[in-house]
Amino acid sequence: MTTLDKVRRGEKVEICRIADERVRAQAIRFGICEGSVVTCGEKLPAGPVVIYAGWQELAIGRSIACNITVKKAS
Amino acid sequence: MNKHCHNPAETMELPQGKKRLVLVGNPNVGKSVFFNELTGRYVDVSNFPGTTVEIHKAPYGDYILMDIPGVYGVSSFNDEERVARDIILQADTVINIVDALHLERDLFLTQQLIDMGIAIVVALNMMDEAVQSGMTIDVAKLSKHLGVPVIPTVAVKKQGFQALRAAIAKASLGYGDPRIQPELERLMATGMGRGDALLILEGDEEVAFCHSQQAFPLREEIYLRRRQRVNEIIADVVQVKQAIKKWNKLLGQWAVRPVTGLPILFAILVAMYWFIGVFVAQTVVGLTEETIMLGIYSEFITALIFRFFSPEGFLGLLLAGEFGLLTMAPVYLFGLLLPLVVGFYLALSVLEDSGYLPRLATLVDRMLTSLGLNGRAIIPIILGFGCVTMATITTRLLGSKRERMIATALLGVTIPCSAQIGVIAGLIAPLGFSYLAIYVLTIFSIFVILGTVLNKILPGESTHLLIDLPSLRLPRVKNVLTKTYLKSLAFIKEAAPLFVLAAVAITVLAYTGALTGLQNLLAPLTEGWLRLPREATTAFVMGIMRRDFGAAGLYSLTLTPEQTLVGLVTITLFVPCIACIMVMVKERGWRDGTAIWGGSLVIAFLAGGLIARLLA
Repeated sequence: MTTLDKVRRGEKVEICRIADERVRAQAIRFGICEGSVVTCGEKLPAGPVVIYAGWQELAIGRSIACNITVKKAS
Repeated sequence: MNKHCHNPAETMELPQGKKRLVLVGNPNVGKSVFFNELTGRYVDVSNFPGTTVEIHKAPYGDYILMDIPGVYGVSSFNDEERVARDIILQADTVINIVDALHLERDLFLTQQLIDMGIAIVVALNMMDEAVQSGMTIDVAKLSKHLGVPVIPTVAVKKQGFQALRAAIAKASLGYGDPRIQPELERLMATGMGRGDALLILEGDEEVAFCHSQQAFPLREEIYLRRRQRVNEIIADVVQVKQAIKKWNKLLGQWAVRPVTGLPILFAILVAMYWFIGVFVAQTVVGLTEETIMLGIYSEFITALIFRFFSPEGFLGLLLAGEFGLLTMAPVYLFGLLLPLVVGFYLALSVLEDSGYLPRLATLVDRMLTSLGLNGRAIIPIILGFGCVTMATITTRLLGSKRERMIATALLGVTIPCSAQIGVIAGLIAPLGFSYLAIYVLTIFSIFVILGTVLNKILPGESTHLLIDLPSLRLPRVKNVLTKTYLKSLAFIKEAAPLFVLAAVAITVLAYTGALTGLQNLLAPLTEGWLRLPREATTAFVMGIMRRDFGAAGLYSLTLTPEQTLVGLVTITLFVPCIACIMVMVKERGWRDGTAIWGGSLVIAFLAGGLIARLLA
């Protein structure tokens, strides 16, 4: 278990928990919910994390990423 | 809706017997291409009642077709969603535009519309790109799963429109979530529509309040089930043989990676500077302002007016004097401002339609978070270098009130507009590099300090970046031109009255001798504190009317290099032009608007005086 901001570029992880309720609702609309498997596409230094989920590409601010718990995808 | 409040969409004018046909889709799915293609020339752009969100309307057969902001779902997370929600709740039929490449994201909205019980037809757009990416979509099966007509289209190549037009009449309700049916029916029994009932189940407090109901805590449960259903449908209808990486995917990656993203950004800024700062501001404006408006128009109108009025009399000055209603106002508005605004909106429309802006927001997010903003605020800031007034209007896109306040203050105080940059460059270039460096460093430091301080003192919490990154694509010429035309027209309509007002005000000041009085009154400030000649006051007063007038006013004074620098720093930080002040007040309200104005005065003179002492 770790958080999304600690994932390395290219790593594949499963989303375990999204703390903020609004972020969670918005993420479900974008196609990502707890249990989704995403790939970290890019990490800007101290900045946003870019993730790929299927054909979807999302930029997530660092402080949101800190509050998203993930685990290594099998 | 009923007694407690009403849906403003109800009061929007609708010709007799016309029905409401609404284009609904996620952002960047090509909705405006559909709108332009379906309606042709006549378009009415208006603000949705009580908001600053733009709605496009045009007649289409028995319908009024409406284009609303792109949204990822129907609820009330922000102003645009609220507007979309109110219009969708009143819609007779919806054309739901879906991006074939992003079905996971887009079908969520589709399924929500179906759950709302609205007759829809789905336009499955960008089918060509889906095929090129190695994707096969079984359209017939998708239609069967959803229970609504699905028409494959390639809007930019005008493919599928005939079928879409024919399918509008066949729009149907589709298969909603059966699990919420009992609750929906219970709510509908109180006299509300299915759409309102669904939103209440999904926890929309505003809609619940309107119907004197309690919002249900079911949003997450319904959302998750909807997500699951969408994923199941996609698993059944989409086949990906082999994912093909295209040029735009790679370029999109480069655009957010700092090593490549910063050079790309630099190249775009250079191109924009060349187009707007050199081509439009010099070549085009040279023709429109110098040759046409000053050379031909002004000569003619001045000669005409002075045949009836004395050039020294008040009426003569008011109409055709240096700041005349028929001379300065139209020359400035049509000769200078219009070409600049058109140039800016052209560049902005290209950037918008290419899908680059969300990537830029990602790239600069880190730098802006310490100023209490997130990456999205880069858009108004870039625009500010063109016209601060225009940029202040676009702060609407920011997520919270405090972010809009911070962005407006940064724009109003520290960002010089294109008209001003031209004059500043002309004054500072002869002084050499060190003066330029001090100038840029001073303004940049104040930008950072002001943002940081406001971030500390303003109450509330800024929103963080959570955005969808659309694929990069080549903008369509027709779409870019339509957008530019509509936005420029709206801007001129908003700005023209302000310039007329400014022309009158400054003529009165000059005629009554108030200007000289003001010079003497402010002498302690100009001479004592800033160590400038007292005539510099004129430059400051003029700066209120037009930012570049202020800087240009310094031209006519004999100044040492130090004085020039002090003058320029003060003029840059000094109040924005009168049009901008009025827009600031309109957008932020009296209290905050005038606070920014007052703040800019204090900061300008404080910084100017400090520089004067440091250099001495």
